[in-house]
Amino acid sequence: MGAIIKRELYSFFCSPVAYVVMAIFLFFSGVFFSVVCLGNDTSNLTYVFTNMFLVTVLLMPIMCMRLLSDEKRLKTDQALLTSPVSILGIVLGKFFSACVLYLVCLSIYIVFGVVLSFFVTPHWTVILCNFLGLFILGAALIAINLFLSSLTESQMISAISGFAVGLFIYLLDNFAAAIPVSFISTALTKLSFLSHYQNFTVGLLSLADLIFFLAVIALFVFLTVRVIEKKRWS
Amino acid sequence: MVEVKNITKCYGDKKAVDNVSFTVNSGEILGFLGPNGAGKSTTMNIITGYLSSSSGTVTVDGCEILDDPKGVKSKIGYLPEIPPLYMDMTVQKYLEFMYDLKKVKLDKDAHIEEVCRLVKISSVSNRIIKNLSKGYKQRVGLAQALLGNPPVLILDEPTVGLDPKQIIEIRNLVKSLGKKHTVILSSHILSEVQAICDRVVIISNGKIVADETTEGLSKSLAKSNRLLVQIKGPKSGVITAVSNVKNVKSIKTEREISEDVYEYIVEANEDCDIRSDLFFKLAEEKWPLILLQSADLSLEEIFLKLTTDTEYSSNKGGKK
Repeated sequence: MGAIIKRELYSFFCSPVAYVVMAIFLFFSGVFFSVVCLGNDTSNLTYVFTNMFLVTVLLMPIMCMRLLSDEKRLKTDQALLTSPVSILGIVLGKFFSACVLYLVCLSIYIVFGVVLSFFVTPHWTVILCNFLGLFILGAALIAINLFLSSLTESQMISAISGFAVGLFIYLLDNFAAAIPVSFISTALTKLSFLSHYQNFTVGLLSLADLIFFLAVIALFVFLTVRVIEKKRWS
Repeated sequence: MVEVKNITKCYGDKKAVDNVSFTVNSGEILGFLGPNGAGKSTTMNIITGYLSSSSGTVTVDGCEILDDPKGVKSKIGYLPEIPPLYMDMTVQKYLEFMYDLKKVKLDKDAHIEEVCRLVKISSVSNRIIKNLSKGYKQRVGLAQALLGNPPVLILDEPTVGLDPKQIIEIRNLVKSLGKKHTVILSSHILSEVQAICDRVVIISNGKIVADETTEGLSKSLAKSNRLLVQIKGPKSGVITAVSNVKNVKSIKTEREISEDVYEYIVEANEDCDIRSDLFFKLAEEKWPLILLQSADLSLEEIFLKLTTDTEYSSNKGGKK
């Protein structure tokens, strides 16, 4: 697993992918931070983090599109699957490598905290909670996009389906509201990434939200393993 | 060392590999021969654990692929048909990655250097794989398979797409590797298999049609001992004389070489060596023997015969 994480990070930073993702992420983070916080003289980062939801949803497909699809296209999966590594190890290696890149993006919020600390004493625990929320949201989206990239040999299809799923996740609350059948709409609301994430942005750390995202990660990592496994048997 | 038992792989209704069994002994170089699409790569992918078989077992050095996939995989170095190279890495970085991936316990730098020296890629170790020529890419793939000195090497068409000089180099390399490793090598080039391998398994339409040593194959397929002889002497006299030699089944004139010299095909009874009897008989008659050679089929002819002759495959396919 360690070898795969190392290789993926090497490949991220050898190609423009890592820089494009970081540039987009840092640009929007910076814009939201300067407009919302510095522009309005507030140390409340809630709005910054709320706005980052959509950016993250749309950024993760770009980050994850080639993780598994390229392996299949270039037949390098033969090297991985014939090495003494379990399929779970391979998938987790890919997953954590994307998480590390994402953490590098997120590190800008430490800078924001430090900037704020020049003016006021920031609520570090709240910022930490925001940070954790954005991280775990991103990790869940990485797992979903990793799964999507395991389904196809084309990066393009992987990315586009990632955007589609991302938009669906973003609009899930609206869909839920439009459905007249109450139990379906309640069920959809419970699955809403946004409402689970919003608790983090206001500094509310609830076990339920944490478990929700962890469950999404576990589910999609599991599904990805099954997809690769299935390919061996069919 | 490697034991393949009754493996079958189905893609839907189509059987890509049908009840294939063979064993490879320690230190042996086995040639795996067949026309394109015969199931060579599929079989190799099953042995290495990349694909799973629909039924049957593969055992490598006592480990079963289903019970202990990691054990089997750590004993095999595999060079697939398309070398699994990460084009964005340098050769050195790639080999370091494969070294880590395979969890090799040897001294890292020294081992990678040794492997590079063996396949002669030391001079390109800092270049990006994408920019290498086909021959070098193939060698990097081979280097990757050699990492960790696995006891079993599986090479899927290692010389495909190389120029003649590179082909000879790779063949010699594989031959020298055969001293320390057990090698399974697939190819559709016969002369290659003849040059490198101790034993040949021929596969056609997913079925094994022959499993023998390279010499044994020609012998067993010639069906009878046929000799090509050129004799100087009167044609009719020679035919009568030779027909009377013990164990000679038939003699047939092929063509006239020069005045009084004719070429004949002499067929002997099965498992009989008539060469000395023939020689003494002709010596007695004072008819010089100009040429005497086996008229056995060449490996090419056998190969074509095996892979196109359905009657033969169905009759003798199961016989090992």
